[in-house]
This record gives sequence, structure tokens and C-alpha cells, in this order.
Amino acid sequence: MRRSAAKPSAPLLALVAAAVGAIVAALFVGSFDAPAADVFAALAGGRSSPLAAVVLDLRLPRALSAFAVGGLLALAGAILQALLRNPLADPYVLGVSGGAAVAALAALAAGAGVATMQAASAAGALATLALLFVLARRAFFTRDALRGESSATGVLLTGVMIAAFAAAILSLALTLATDTQLRTMVFWLLGDLAGATDLRMALAAVVLLAATVAVAAKRARALNLMLRGDVLAYTQGVDVERTRRALVLVAAIATGAAVTLAGAVGFVGFVAPHLVRMAIGNDQRALLPGAAVAGGLLVVVADTAARTVAAPVQLPVGVVTALVGVPVFLWLLRRV
Amino acid sequence: MSALLECRGLTLRAGAREFVANLSFAVNAGERWAVLGPNGAGKTTLLLALAGVRRADAGRIELAGRPVGDWRIDALAERRALVTDRWIDPFAASVLDTVLTARYRYDGADDDGVRLAREALAAVDCAELAERDVRTLSRGERQRVAIATAIAQATPLVLLDEPIAHQDPRHQALVLARLAQLADRTLIASMHDVNAAAAFATHALLLSGRGAWRAGPAHETLRAELLSELFATRIAVVAADGRRLFFVAGPD
Repeated sequence: MRRSAAKPSAPLLALVAAAVGAIVAALFVGSFDAPAADVFAALAGGRSSPLAAVVLDLRLPRALSAFAVGGLLALAGAILQALLRNPLADPYVLGVSGGAAVAALAALAAGAGVATMQAASAAGALATLALLFVLARRAFFTRDALRGESSATGVLLTGVMIAAFAAAILSLALTLATDTQLRTMVFWLLGDLAGATDLRMALAAVVLLAATVAVAAKRARALNLMLRGDVLAYTQGVDVERTRRALVLVAAIATGAAVTLAGAVGFVGFVAPHLVRMAIGNDQRALLPGAAVAGGLLVVVADTAARTVAAPVQLPVGVVTALVGVPVFLWLLRRV
Repeated sequence: MSALLECRGLTLRAGAREFVANLSFAVNAGERWAVLGPNGAGKTTLLLALAGVRRADAGRIELAGRPVGDWRIDALAERRALVTDRWIDPFAASVLDTVLTARYRYDGADDDGVRLAREALAAVDCAELAERDVRTLSRGERQRVAIATAIAQATPLVLLDEPIAHQDPRHQALVLARLAQLADRTLIASMHDVNAAAAFATHALLLSGRGAWRAGPAHETLRAELLSELFATRIAVVAADGRRLFFVAGPD
């Protein structure tokens, strides 16, 4: 009898099917109703009608971006909840998004456009990540496995402090901003996909999502053992420090990329891992990919709602994820 | 023949307190060591250091002739297993799957794993628990599963921190007897029950917690006068059931 490491999982396949369905549905729904024939014609490569242009240039990149953003945030959240052994962890506890936001808003205040702002955001995320590793280096670079138990706390506290500092700077920026800048800044801080209409960037984000899920899933067995205790995992052959370093890096890059694309979309990175955990348990081999797909699905649905519910007014997607997600989460919490 | 495990001038500190000072002793293959000492004497810390989890504050620890800190983490996992009472069960998992975590280093390509895991469970009287959710076990049962996990790791050296602390009288004797019967294993176990130690161990290490120590064959170390001094309480030898037993007579 042999137990294979990768269990084919029916819930995961169902989630993937639902996500594909949600992305396709997002192509049909919007201020213009798109007949099925036109959507498929557009996907087949025709830009004959204005509608095809709407589908190809706006809805498809936006739906793919939404999926990637949700997936990246949920993956980061799932990793950090396991790594820090803290169910309250979310992608923003490392402070990476705070650093990205500071840089993005600084670019905005200097009058930059969307592309420059995204570049600034990515740079801010990477700089904050470097800062995190420098400040919490004792937690990341030591072979003293026993210290592992406390070093997770060290990473957490350092990240929370960076986030708090970034939040203070953001408050200052909001206070000093002009009225026109203020609206853009607030949308960005709440999470907004209205600017995510570049198909190449959307595809790049989906590829990054696939890569980060693959890197994280490869370490899922090690993470499972680390959840049972760092000392035990170490004696069983897990390189605890290296695994922790790799996973923090993956979580930070995923968060930085998501924030760069859509601002700080709230809630999904916290709740998607919990929803999947309630459904299939805490085995990281299933949870990490499952949370990523569920997070993607959640944001695709939320963003489709965000741009249609009050059309032509577009709501920030981060507001919708929380408005819909909180009641659903509380309902599930009572059932389990 | 060189020793399986050797400490030379080992010193362990916690804060300003030096509880193990200049400890030197060698463990040869096949020996069974009991580590005894009062609460806070540093038994757990010593086991963590021997396992390569905690660094020595001075001196060396050599496993198979090589400093324990120089081993690769996966190579170390082939040579020593550690049982502590700090287990966490973060999600629903069968007892069998829990024991199979010991086979991590085989990366799923482990044809013997399930057989070894079942044998290890049987050795500690847990065969019938194999399919149970590990979170439904009692503390004593969970401790035996932790011991089975270390056995399934199939290492020459097994370090056990108070392996019978949560066992009922029958299982205290059973667990130690089964451990002693394991072929090709060298065992180092901390424990508080002097009689259990005497029944189990070929050698003993006495730690005072103030730096002093004594290591050697059981008949030289597990003696009433030494144990009385070690635990600062009067321990006498009495005869019962045809055996010599240690009797804790109390402070005076």
C-alpha cells in the first residue's frame, strides 16, 4: 500500500470550474449586455464591433486581473496563517502592502499616471520586503531551530510595526492631499480594479499566481510538519529556516504584485483561506492551491458585482469583498 | 570502535544559570541511557542539544564522530529521532498519517513507510488506533503515538524526553520494555521514576542542575545514596515481589 503525496481533490477541481465560470460570466455582464455570439467572436480574435473591444480591452483583462489579485492575496494569507500559526494573519501583516501604498501614493501626489504609480508600488513592496528581512534577520537567518518558535512571532511583530508606520505616513498623505487626489488615493487604498485593463499585465499576474502557487505547494509538506511544531519538523528533516524564508518571500511577492495591480483589496486574503479550511481542512497540500483558486473566484465575483450593481457608478472591489464576505463568513462560522 | 554519541566538555546555560558544566560522556551503540535529575536540572535542554536542535554553549557533541552541528538536516534525520511532549495537532489527521510524518525525508517515495508505521504503532500498543483522528486521543495515547513516530523514523539513535510521563502503570512498563526490545537502537530517555529507569537502563546520567553530573553503568550510578543526594530526599532500597526497589522515604 502506498499513499501518494498529491491527492486529487474534488473540491479543488470544483473551485477551478467555478472560477472559470465566473471569469466567463464576467465577460457577459456589464453596462453593455453582450450577446454570447459577440463574446465568443471577440475571444476568437475579432474586434469587429465596439462590443468586442469592450470585452477584449476591458472585461477580459479586468476579470483575469481580478482572479490573479484574489489568488495572490489568498495564497499569501494562507501561507502567513500557517507560518505564523495565527488565524488572524492576512497578507497585510508583513507591512509589504503598506510600503507599496506609501510609494504609490507618493507617486500619485507627485502627479504620476497609473503606470508610474504601479511601478512605484512594486518598488515600494520590494523595498519594504528588504526592510523586513533586515529588521527581522535574526528570525530568518539562524540554524538554531529551537528559536523557530519565537522567530515566527518576531517576523509578525516586525511586519505589524512596518505596517503601522506605513499607515501613519498614509494618513499624513491623505491629510495633505488635494481633493482630486484624495478620491484616487481612497479608491486605491480600498482596492480597485478599474485601472487593471492591460491584458499583458493581467496575463503576467496570472502566470505569477501559477508560479507562486507552485513554489508554495512544493513546500506544503514541510509546512504541514512545521505546523506540528518547528522542533519536531526539524528533527524529521525539514529545513525550517529555509522553508520559512522561502514562504515569507513568496507571500510578500504575491502581496506586492496584487497590491501593485489593484491596490489594497481587503478581506479576501484573510477570509478565502478560512473558507477553504472550513470546507477541506488544514492540510496545506490542498489548502494552499485551494485558497488561491477560491480567492480568485471571490474577487472575480466581487468585482463583477462592483462594476454592475450601482452602474454606471463603479464601487471599489475591496468594499464589495467585505460587504458580501463578512455575512457569508459569519454564517459559515455558525454552521461549522 | 568509536562511540555513537559523545559529549566532550559540554556546557549548557539558561540565562545566567549553568546547569550542565563540562559534561563528558560517551554512548555506544545498543546502550540504553536514563537521564535523571530534579525539575529544572536541564534534562530537556540536554536532549535538545544532543539532537542538534539547540547549540552547546561550550564543548562539543559528536554524532558518529562528527559534530552534530555539521550534519545536514536531512542526514541528521536519518540518524536520530527526538520525542518531546510538545506536540501540536493542527488539523484532522489519522494516527497512521501522523506517524508517517516521520518519513518526510523520503518525499513520498517510501514503500516501507506504512509497514514501519504500523509496526511502530503495534510496538507501543496503539495498533488499533491507526485510523483514529489523532485529535481524539487521550494524552497518554497521544504520547505513545509520538513515540511510535520516532520509532518509525528508523534511526539508530532515539532521544526521548519523559516518554512515560503520561502513561498508566501497565503502559509505563510496556513502553519501556518494548523500547528496550527494539533491535539496533540506542536510546537516551529522561525520566523521573527511578524504578522504571533501573528496569530500563543499561547506563544512567545524573544531572544535579548546578553543573555537577555523574555518568556510567546503571549499577554504578543508580544507587540509593547517589539518588538521595541527587533529589535531596531520602531514597532507600527495599525488597518487594522478589526484586530490589527504590523507595522514596521522604525528606527525613
